[in-house]
Amino acid sequence: MASQLAIHRLNKFLREKEELDAVAAAKIDKLIAELQRPGNHHFDPVQRIIDGFMDFKIHKFDKCPYLFDQLALGQWPKFLVFGCSDSRVSPSIILNFKPGEAFMVRNIASLVPAFDQLRYSGTGAIIEYAVTHLHVENILVIGHSSCGGIKRLMEHPEDGSVPFDFIDDWVNIAVEAKNKVKAQGKGNDACAREAVNVSLENLLTYPYVRKASSERKLAVRGGYYDFVNGVFELWEKHDSHISPPMIIPSHPINST
Amino acid sequence: MAVLAPSSSSYHIQSISSAIFGSKLQSGEIQQTRLRLFTNSNYPGLTIKASAESLGLTQKMKSNKLERVVETEDGSELFEDMKHRFLSFKKNKYLENLEHYQNLAKGQSPKFLVIGCADSRVCPSTILGFQPGEAFMVRNIANLVPPFESGPSETNAALEFSVNTLEVKNILVVGHSCCGGIRALMSMNDEVDKSSFIQSWVVNGKDARSWTKAAASKLSFDQQCKHCEKESVNRSLLNLLTYPWIEEKVKKGIVSVHGGYYDFVDCTFEKWTLDYKEDNLKEKHGRISVKNQLRWS
Repeated sequence: MASQLAIHRLNKFLREKEELDAVAAAKIDKLIAELQRPGNHHFDPVQRIIDGFMDFKIHKFDKCPYLFDQLALGQWPKFLVFGCSDSRVSPSIILNFKPGEAFMVRNIASLVPAFDQLRYSGTGAIIEYAVTHLHVENILVIGHSSCGGIKRLMEHPEDGSVPFDFIDDWVNIAVEAKNKVKAQGKGNDACAREAVNVSLENLLTYPYVRKASSERKLAVRGGYYDFVNGVFELWEKHDSHISPPMIIPSHPINST
Repeated sequence: MAVLAPSSSSYHIQSISSAIFGSKLQSGEIQQTRLRLFTNSNYPGLTIKASAESLGLTQKMKSNKLERVVETEDGSELFEDMKHRFLSFKKNKYLENLEHYQNLAKGQSPKFLVIGCADSRVCPSTILGFQPGEAFMVRNIANLVPPFESGPSETNAALEFSVNTLEVKNILVVGHSCCGGIRALMSMNDEVDKSSFIQSWVVNGKDARSWTKAAASKLSFDQQCKHCEKESVNRSLLNLLTYPWIEEKVKKGIVSVHGGYYDFVDCTFEKWTLDYKEDNLKEKHGRISVKNQLRWS
């Protein structure tokens, strides 16, 4: 599989440079096709890392010395964000979080297990640190469409496959969501939204989250990113209810 | 992660990120960056730069630049801001490259699994420019990989999915400077306080701590932490090999395992690749053998 970055830039170039003659445009088109052909391009992971870091250093780090000087001293993020590990749903990209803004967890299906001092210390450590040390003011849990972890939850063990050592244990955190949506006759994406709500409930089982939330120092919100239709939903968890979702955009944006 | 933990009496930096990058953007200081096509010829050379700066944790408090935050925003303002960010992403990235996003909606085949720290300053998407579809990502405290025998956890569920189902070809563990998780590891007693999730988690890095205390005992605590930050990456690489299905793929050359270290004080990135030779691990008593070690600045 070829360089996503190169293809993205070449496509953008083709769209923007209307004055390109037919010969040049055809050559670029051919190059894009060759880059996209599976197995036809040698992928160098080290070069990819070099390119990525130098791009960041030249265009971001070196251009913002004041910001990065301050961040070298510490961080004061306003958000704790739970996002899925899925390569398509980085919260930094879809919600444009800049360095210093969001303490971020990425795990399968962006799940939050309930408070349990004997298990899942990884998640517990993150919540403990973010709430009691960094004093974040917002927690945001983001689910998404076509989630592989949710798919596994919904289909196993009905699909008869051999259990995974670790995945099945993990995604069963959201089994309540699965049971609810199956009873309603709904599918995977509904389960992904409902799993966010299970995680929001689980967040409130952590004593420091509950305390900060009741003192109105911490807001707990859920989000759902639909990357099929390019839509983001956002809602808030209150003690007794969940707010209706804000849909972004509220009306279709025309493609360019 | 923060070494200086804010308290109610400390000064906070006024929301610098949102002031510089958000709707109050002043065009002089920062410009919206657009990605440009890079080749190696754009870099005059990847030079080795000796860092002249210390970690500078205590010497750089420029009190005239720090301002107390007055919390005037209510939640709805913050989420109006989020709405604008998403719409900006949709307009400038999603719709600009609709065909690519439509292909991604059908499935992902990332080339990387990246394990990074949850620290707000070290998002791998930002510092290494990973675009949608490129990297399956795990972020946890101190970018630790617990060993196979520790049992099910959030991190190894992601390992299983990315290696066995998505079949990523590269695993990259990225450590960083001034890591609060590593500092907590270096500060704790041998006995874990079970009521602390942080201690229960960072103890996964205890071998790195033991090695650091033995090898770097004459250095200052801050310098020991820096050593431990890098050593814990190596320990995590070794822990990856405790998963039989990972070791098998590394042995066959199907998966490559890399370590990285991002120093955000002087903006350098070091990278190395695990040189897997089964005998090496036994001879060196668990010490890692690396190749292709580079440092970029």
